[in-house]
Amino acid sequence: MKRLSALISGLLFGLGLAASGMTDTRKVIGFLDIFGNWDPDLIFVMGSAVITTFIGFKLVLGNRAQPLFASMFSIPTRSEIDPRLVIGAALFGIGWGLYGYCPGPALAAIIYLSPVTIGFVIFMVIGMKLGNLFSK
Amino acid sequence: MENTLWPLIGGVFIGLSAILLMLSIGKIAGVSGIAWGAFTRETDRDDRSWRWLFLLGIVAGAFLLHLITGKPIPEVANTPVKAVIAGLIVGIGVKLGNGCTSGHGVCGISRLSARSIVATVIFMATAIVTVAVSQNL
Repeated sequence: MKRLSALISGLLFGLGLAASGMTDTRKVIGFLDIFGNWDPDLIFVMGSAVITTFIGFKLVLGNRAQPLFASMFSIPTRSEIDPRLVIGAALFGIGWGLYGYCPGPALAAIIYLSPVTIGFVIFMVIGMKLGNLFSK
Repeated sequence: MENTLWPLIGGVFIGLSAILLMLSIGKIAGVSGIAWGAFTRETDRDDRSWRWLFLLGIVAGAFLLHLITGKPIPEVANTPVKAVIAGLIVGIGVKLGNGCTSGHGVCGISRLSARSIVATVIFMATAIVTVAVSQNL
């Protein structure tokens, strides 16, 4: 059940990403181009995703002591704003703005079978490995 | 605003995905974190299997969306050098910052996590500046 839940959750995520327009780099760049020819459509993705998740998390975490198919909720507990968080987020934004893919949409877009997308994903994984070296 | 319905529906699906993953196995639906756990050997086999299935689901979900609705497949910008440099920077950034648009932007903000709110403000800002600079060069 644990695996089936993860698969269905992934399916919903992929459906959502492709429906929203997040897998379209032109759309994403247009959304980020607020000082140029701004296309605000994608604000509704973040908006509806956050509202849905906010309500759902409240219901789930407020009413249950543990998840259905695991022994406990794995919720991040760290609260410090350290330089690693700031530098990491800043770099991520630069990479996102440069081509228009963040990790989820890049993975979803693999199905468009473009070697450019696949190259992005391969280098993203290499980047994670590099980032991990600096994390230690 | 040519169409706000697709983004709205898409966002609700992403939210439902995050809720299901939390309700079923108690995990945050942060794609970069899930992917890292799938690719590394720091996690055990059982942990890796649900992560790979989630990632497989993302790809299959995108496929199904275009198949079912007939929504046109977006054109992939043919700038391979830019793409791999961007991919590398994204990878380093999400690993150092412990999350991306989904983990910090959606799940973190929904939990009112201070770290996630700060991270989201920063990556939105640097993304906007990057686009502003690269579109005007």
